[in-house]
Amino acid sequence: MGLRIIKPDTNIDFMGKRVVAMIASILVLALGLGAVIYNGGLNYGIDFAGGINIQVKFARDVEVREISQALRGQGLPEIRVQELGLDRANEYLLRISALDVNAEEMRDRIGTVLSENMTVDSTIQRLEMVGPKVGADLKNKALQALFYAVLFISIYISGRFEQRWMTAGIMAAGLLTGLYVLGLLALPLAYLVLSALLITLGLCWYLRLNYALGAVVALIHDVLITVGIFALLGKEFDLTTVAALLTIIGYSLNDTIIIYDRIRENLRSKNAPPLFQTINRSVNQTLSRTLLTSGTTLMVVLCLIILGGGVIHDFALALLIGILVGTYSSIFVAGSLLLGIGPTPENEPEEEAVQAA
Amino acid sequence: MSGLRWRIVAAVLVVGLAAVYALPSILPDKGPLSSVFPDKEVNLGLDLKGGINLILGVDMQTAVNNTLERMGEELRAEAREDKIIVLSPQVGSEGKLHFELLTRSKEKALDDLLDNYYADQLRLDSKEPGDRRIRYTVSMTSQYREKLQKMTIDQVLKVIRNRINQFGVTEPDIRRMENNRLQVQLPGLEDAQRAVDLIQQTAHLEFQLVDDEADVDKATKGVVPPGSELAYLQKPQPDGSYTRQPIVLEKNVLLSGEYITDAQVAFDQFNQPYVALSFDRQGARIFERVTGENVHERLAIVLDEKVYSAPTIQEKISGGRASITGQFSMQEAHDLAIVLRAGSLPAPVDILSERSVGASLGQQSIEQGIRSIVVGGILVLLFMVVYYGIGGLITDILLFLNILLIVAVLAGFGATLTLPGIAGIILLIGMAVDASVLIYERIREELRRGLSPRKAVDEGFSRATLTIVDANVTTIVAAVILYQFGTGPIRGFAVTLSIGVLASMFTAIFVCRIFFDLWLRQRKPGSSLNL
Repeated sequence: MGLRIIKPDTNIDFMGKRVVAMIASILVLALGLGAVIYNGGLNYGIDFAGGINIQVKFARDVEVREISQALRGQGLPEIRVQELGLDRANEYLLRISALDVNAEEMRDRIGTVLSENMTVDSTIQRLEMVGPKVGADLKNKALQALFYAVLFISIYISGRFEQRWMTAGIMAAGLLTGLYVLGLLALPLAYLVLSALLITLGLCWYLRLNYALGAVVALIHDVLITVGIFALLGKEFDLTTVAALLTIIGYSLNDTIIIYDRIRENLRSKNAPPLFQTINRSVNQTLSRTLLTSGTTLMVVLCLIILGGGVIHDFALALLIGILVGTYSSIFVAGSLLLGIGPTPENEPEEEAVQAA
Repeated sequence: MSGLRWRIVAAVLVVGLAAVYALPSILPDKGPLSSVFPDKEVNLGLDLKGGINLILGVDMQTAVNNTLERMGEELRAEAREDKIIVLSPQVGSEGKLHFELLTRSKEKALDDLLDNYYADQLRLDSKEPGDRRIRYTVSMTSQYREKLQKMTIDQVLKVIRNRINQFGVTEPDIRRMENNRLQVQLPGLEDAQRAVDLIQQTAHLEFQLVDDEADVDKATKGVVPPGSELAYLQKPQPDGSYTRQPIVLEKNVLLSGEYITDAQVAFDQFNQPYVALSFDRQGARIFERVTGENVHERLAIVLDEKVYSAPTIQEKISGGRASITGQFSMQEAHDLAIVLRAGSLPAPVDILSERSVGASLGQQSIEQGIRSIVVGGILVLLFMVVYYGIGGLITDILLFLNILLIVAVLAGFGATLTLPGIAGIILLIGMAVDASVLIYERIREELRRGLSPRKAVDEGFSRATLTIVDANVTTIVAAVILYQFGTGPIRGFAVTLSIGVLASMFTAIFVCRIFFDLWLRQRKPGSSLNL
């Protein structure tokens, strides 16, 4: 017989703690938002802000201070030096945010300055330069990606999950029309995406696509909290972070759908208890799966953070935060929200009959 | 579920096929089997292999301006044949061509000329009558601009491809992107600077006479005689740097690089490399005439507005050969020969983004990535066995199959494995157990409800399958969007993620069921299911 972490008859009152959870969520969100405002916006990496990153490996231990001193007063643009990775590989990242510098020239000059002013041998291992034009394009694309992910996911949930493809289609059409009209106003893309999200939420509300609404709110919650914690930690925001966010969206949705699936199933049984108990029961029934999957995923993500090296570190960190937040949100945010607005009324008895048989 | 035998056959076929495709990537040394197995290995991304990724922007405005300028000269020559005097065609800063008609009586004739020859290409914006002259402003029609744009990009692509092919990079990848951009990937190449120089050089070669009568000092102060221009002669120093010596050239270009058929590195009597040029027949004729008419004058060889050398013409040179000397290093001479052979770029290109990774770092990334996979994987494998017993063992086998399938699909489709891709695989190891967990937890629940093991397994699978599909399709949606909007390594991550999700659905729903059916079959009737 295998092990059990969660006893079969576990019945934790998750919904009873929803107010505490809500306060916690709002607190973390506010902290993150505060950090973003305090920093004067997100700390964009060179993918979005443009600039040059040069990764240098030294033959032995050096101090960040030594490198900064060696670079100072050489007529080079403002260069920030930071240590890379956790494994003491003597690797450092030199960051130049000035936009109009030539990558080749910088490679040459930094190489020369380091070899002339430091006693330690160094090699340039990696150089990344993103010009302002490409940076702006990448930022737009990343925003679009996040937006379309949320849009398609809400359509998919409404269609596949609630069997309401027509309504989902109406929502998509409404959203695209709204976007077209907004597009005529020539707003910056960030506002466009924000408005699109609000329209999506409004449409979900209006069309009573309640499962989709709950899932999307949970998604936005997860993304905002991860971004906020990244801002709090002073981490940089680049394309890999966006990839991590999209992965988190996928992951968090996994969790939410599995819990919603169970709620829907339990509501269908003949003598279903009131919604409050049903949601609690569903969360408890899926709890051991939730903990197991999150646990194994966290296990490997931790390996990635510890052993994966500097390049992948922030990506793994975003995943770690996202998985923790995603697991929490599928219980407390998605669950509580459904309790607040009520599940979408069932309107496909044939489907049920097939499933029950 | 029935037809267990057929399901086993199908699963073994899929797994066998996957093994065949995955093997070359897992075992680098294929030995005698190499003739039987497909030899496609997983394609490693630049971040793992090391190499250079450039995004180039083609400076279209300059291409348009150059074309307008050329059209202005053509128009002037054309008009002269009809006895119409057109003055000073010039491209303004706003990208339009301005010129003046000397005598107003010829207005009709010039308009006809514009109509007959340039209607497709030029559009008349305004005519401003002056005292006696008329000032014309024309601009390029949008159709012609588009055509020019397309031609220019095609040409740039061709020239860069030629240069890189001759440079000797294995498997370069050059492709067009939106917004007049090109992406150039040079795997395994370490010397980014050299590659960038080679690609970015416009390689516009011109032969111009040196204006020896002009006062160089005055010219540097801005007083250049009409018809001449100031340029700089590059003088290489022993330490490898260059000094720039001012020199005045006659503006008139006598011969340009378009007539070059070949450029090769050759050596002079001091074993110094230089670049030997050959012209085509027309070029050879022009060169012969130019050198014949200007004996004892200095002929400057100008590449991208830098004067490489300005030798004195000793005699008429026939045979269509010339040389560029300049105390080059072997590498410089070699690269110069390549750009001259491959032709000049019709428009300048800017480096909009550059990412280069040293091969040693790439190697390190692979090692770290694989180490994380192994450690994370072992932890998960152990945990599953401890938690689910035989069920956990089945999950472990499924995990191996998963990784095998991912590697096989990556290799078979020639997809690229990147560092985020490795991260994707690691993440998938964690998530791949999700499907098993869903099924097992469901079976445990059904067992608790008192169902017989067979019934519980049936119920568990059928109820969990829908949930698994729902949950995984959303991940695929996210992956497809990642692919659509991502670039480079991110795309690699998206591909790995979708392949992994599909593989885990296959193993969990299809293969896992086979194992359970086998397990149920050999279990003694009446005993409980040890899950």
